[in-house]
Amino acid sequence: MIGLIIIIGLGILAMISEIFNFKKLLHPIVLVGVIAAGTFNLIEWNQPVKIQYFDNMLAFDRPALAFSTVILFVALLWFTLSRTYFKNGGHLVDQYTLVLFMMVGAIILTAFTNMTTLFLGIEIMSIPLYVLAASKKGDPASNEAGFKYLLMGAFASSFLLFGIALVYGATASFDLATIQNFIATNQANLPNFFYVGVVFILVAMLFKISVAPFHFWAPDVYEGSPTVITALMSTIVKIAGIAAFLDLFIGSFQDVSFLWIKIISVIAAISLVVANVTAGVQTSVKRMLAFSSVSHATFMLLAILANLAYNVSVETLLYYSLSYAMASLIAFGILDLVKQDEGYSFKSFNGLYVRNPFLAISMTIAMLSLAGIPLASGFFAKYFVLSSLFDSGYIYLNVLAIIAAVIGACFYFKVIIAMYNGDSENRKKIQVETAQGVVFVICTGVIIVLGAFPGLIVELF
Amino acid sequence: MINGISIDLYLWLSSILFVIGVIGVMLRRNTIILFMCIELMLNAVSLLMVAFSALHQDTAGQVFVFFNMAVAACEVAVGLAILTMIFRRSKSIDADLLSNLKN
Repeated sequence: MIGLIIIIGLGILAMISEIFNFKKLLHPIVLVGVIAAGTFNLIEWNQPVKIQYFDNMLAFDRPALAFSTVILFVALLWFTLSRTYFKNGGHLVDQYTLVLFMMVGAIILTAFTNMTTLFLGIEIMSIPLYVLAASKKGDPASNEAGFKYLLMGAFASSFLLFGIALVYGATASFDLATIQNFIATNQANLPNFFYVGVVFILVAMLFKISVAPFHFWAPDVYEGSPTVITALMSTIVKIAGIAAFLDLFIGSFQDVSFLWIKIISVIAAISLVVANVTAGVQTSVKRMLAFSSVSHATFMLLAILANLAYNVSVETLLYYSLSYAMASLIAFGILDLVKQDEGYSFKSFNGLYVRNPFLAISMTIAMLSLAGIPLASGFFAKYFVLSSLFDSGYIYLNVLAIIAAVIGACFYFKVIIAMYNGDSENRKKIQVETAQGVVFVICTGVIIVLGAFPGLIVELF
Repeated sequence: MINGISIDLYLWLSSILFVIGVIGVMLRRNTIILFMCIELMLNAVSLLMVAFSALHQDTAGQVFVFFNMAVAACEVAVGLAILTMIFRRSKSIDADLLSNLKN
């Protein structure tokens, strides 16, 4: 909770930094603040204090603290990585404020215990992102991305609201624990519109974490937005969305799982095929990464489908989201550095090993992790999901997921091959700032350490 | 029953309004109309929440509607700002112009 308050305070501080003229200090202040918030999360982890706040609307229990610490960690790396972009682009204050408030929404999403805070968390997270996606004012692609994101986001939000209204109508409460008790005691005589409401909430959440067939906005939005913002969307938003999904469906709607399990298994099957096949035919690396994020969201969904004990799901998802976020940060960070005038095509990676071996090696590790090759953390992430799925008896889905993962590996290797084999006309060396280099080193370090010692997170609870 | 009117009727009314909004978002191409359709969807939800709130004699539903209105206002404010930016460039608010990102 103190972490959340610190981030809110940082957001307000960022807004007034323009007036009181300490803009130059904003970046270090934000870094220190995010580290402080993370530290308070770790302190709260070991404290048996009151964890419920605001009349039981937010509860920072251990899973919430773990997810929000991951979000803060990713944000810390992101702020360091995107420093150059903001130095050159201007509007630092506005964008830092928006990012900080987006983080507030994301942290609320990890900790909500009430439908009100779920809705507010999603909106606080999304509305700054609509602005950030459109933040490159002169670029028509960015405008279009922002508008599409806004339209689809608002559309999904109204589905979520309709679902919440129907569930409220059936259970007479917004509180998740009360709803769960109500479902457990009145299982036989729930009105039909309650089930419709649960399906509406499910569809809206699938929209938000962009799983096929509800992913159609994602490639356009990811491609059009500035690359640093895309990095934000594919990491923090995904983690927060999947944490919210877990709380809702493994938490409160557990007793009506017969309803959503079928829907999710069909959607996961469609999504695995669609995401991996369409990713293979893309010519733009940024679009390919967008489809790859759809595929990874589906894998995280499979972990929920495996219907494990709550703690095991949290561990699996925590591991998956951390390993995915690290690889994703490297991929988008390097993409931003190597992109040339022709856009984000695979060609811009040609001969990267000659131009800058450090970037090429970091990118290789990131791609191996995304592809799920052993020793990188991506392998164990997929392994935990698939083995739990196998234990719960989804054999066909499991086979499909493995085939999809193999197809997926092909297009990650396209990037690797381009880096080492492709001859580039452009022999210009790429300059990497020290701060960015440190971020890449930390990310690759986390990928390798997690890959070597998966127990660090898997035995956390 | 709320004042002699069955809750089913409220449910039907707001569902029909919601569906009109959904169809509008899918079919119309004028972006202002798209925003109006989204507003219609959100307000259909507000109506339903107030109806259920009265049915259950519980104020939480009505409080939720306030959040709902505030968020809808934020969304439209951001949306119209982005739209103004697009209009300055292309002198049009047709949603079909916004399809340059598809391959």
